[in-house]
Amino acid sequence: MPPIRREVPSLTEAQLLKLEERANFIREDILTMLTEAGSGHSAGPLGLADIFTALYFHILHHDPKRPNWDLRDRLFLSNGHVVPVRYVTMAHAGYFPKAELATLRQFGSRLQGHPEPRLMPGLENTSGPLGDGSSQACGTAYAGKMDGAAWHVFCVMSDGELECGITWEAALFAARNQLHNLTWIIDRNNIQIDGYTEDIMPLEPLHDKFAAFGWNVIEVDGHNIRDFVDACDRAKATWEAPTVIIAHTIPGKGVSFMEANPAWHGKTPKDKTELNAALRELRTLGGKIASELD
Amino acid sequence: MSINALMRLSRKLYASDIPQKPTRHGFGEGLVLAGQADPQIVALCADLTESTRVLDFKTVFPERFIQIGVSEQSLAAIAAGLALAGKVPFIASYACFSPGRNWEQIRTTIALPNVNVKIMGAHAGVSVGPDGATHQMTEDLALMRVLPNMTVLAPCDAIETRKAILAAAKHDGPVYVRFARSESPVFTTDATPFKIGAAQVFRKGVDVAIIACGILVHEALLAAKALEKLGIDARVINCPSIKPLDEATILKAAKDCGAVVTVEEAQAAGGLGSAICELLSSEFPVPVERLGLQDTFGQSGTPRELLEHYHLTTPWIVKAVQKVIKRKHSK
Repeated sequence: MPPIRREVPSLTEAQLLKLEERANFIREDILTMLTEAGSGHSAGPLGLADIFTALYFHILHHDPKRPNWDLRDRLFLSNGHVVPVRYVTMAHAGYFPKAELATLRQFGSRLQGHPEPRLMPGLENTSGPLGDGSSQACGTAYAGKMDGAAWHVFCVMSDGELECGITWEAALFAARNQLHNLTWIIDRNNIQIDGYTEDIMPLEPLHDKFAAFGWNVIEVDGHNIRDFVDACDRAKATWEAPTVIIAHTIPGKGVSFMEANPAWHGKTPKDKTELNAALRELRTLGGKIASELD
Repeated sequence: MSINALMRLSRKLYASDIPQKPTRHGFGEGLVLAGQADPQIVALCADLTESTRVLDFKTVFPERFIQIGVSEQSLAAIAAGLALAGKVPFIASYACFSPGRNWEQIRTTIALPNVNVKIMGAHAGVSVGPDGATHQMTEDLALMRVLPNMTVLAPCDAIETRKAILAAAKHDGPVYVRFARSESPVFTTDATPFKIGAAQVFRKGVDVAIIACGILVHEALLAAKALEKLGIDARVINCPSIKPLDEATILKAAKDCGAVVTVEEAQAAGGLGSAICELLSSEFPVPVERLGLQDTFGQSGTPRELLEHYHLTTPWIVKAVQKVIKRKHSK
């Protein structure tokens, strides 16, 4: 089902351009911080840059100065290994100084290898062991529904973690309790550590699986910010079921030698030369325009 | 008679008609009382509402009961999400499933972020009986004790279980409470003290300290009575708080008595006995005998047959005491 086209678009062209530009800067910062850290995941964070930009700069009701604000929308992250994209986006949004990004994965840093909200408010949940975020988000959404809260719960998760049983336990629970205030965003990038998802443990037909579980299912191009914003609006407007947005993304998006290559799932640019090669691609739109790195 | 009067134990302590009640009933009653005191308390169950006694809470507070189905992994993580939003969730299942099946979710989503979830493990120990080894959880104390931020309680009868639930509800942070399926003597009273982190000297004595938890505390008291006839004056310590451990009471017992026997309805490795040995080995080493399952699983049988078979009853405690006293004197 294609996204509904509105007569009045949810984003102006100017807003859209600003978001797209922001997403590209976020990609650059992700690669720079990962190279500095020397370990971590590159592909997932790059693929999710558009989605996180849209969430933090357009969709979420939040206040960087009050990360524990009662009325904020809750953004859970289930695949904790992509947390660099969240750190960079949060820094851009003003949760903490960008200079702190350089401490990623270092001893004493608030930017742990996998998210720890006790150290960095605003992260909402601990995650890393895959699948758990699905249920944490359900619990918070259930509490919100019990209390008649107006805030919405989003949960970003990977496609690979749909292999975890707990994800489907949560899918049953959310549908049974009509958690309309819950939206899962699946990063459908088709890769996991050992290769392509459809080789390792096929997930398709994914849309049909969620529909059969009683969910409202929306598929979007995860790099089309306008479509993604529309999908989130529709998710919030759905009152009888939880929504899952299957966001088709390209892992490593923006850097040709990383794109759609499982080898880049769990590693970082190895040195300044490799980093500069990646940054050049991001700054030249894949070589179409000149940059100061040329 | 050296029963500690300050502990206000039941007058029927040694009577043959001592009232019997499963400790899980103490959980059911305690949860209702806790729910009345705190409107943020919610109860979650994984398709075992009647036998875990969550039913009592569900009957009084149907709108605060959440059925999860046979999904123990999400049971733990959904509770974590509820706690993040300010609720105080109690999750209940058989201990072999929770924390048996969902230990990783408890570790990642409850213990690590230190959120306020209470984990209730029913049907712990071999006294579960006919269901056999799969359903007799004997590894839970070891599993839960190693988790940072986790409090671990194993109350001794239905009344103490009720108190443990109320204490868990007031405690800010994750708590694990285990209780048993079968009936066991109700030998404490409403006036018996209970506090997280405290052990109680139920019987005074100086020759040996028997430190026990759960329904076997009563066996330990029976053993102490039998030991009187043998001229052995045993101190009996009820140790419901496996973590945090009441180090002062245990160290004093080791110093006063010079020998210790631990008794628990769990693996002898990793539970109460191990916790005590860890403390004594660094602070005040004395001979210790540990009664518990000796690296073996349970099996079907009546609770009594099984407790006998795994050497957890009065005669076996007496034997362990004799052995440890011999070791003490051979030093």
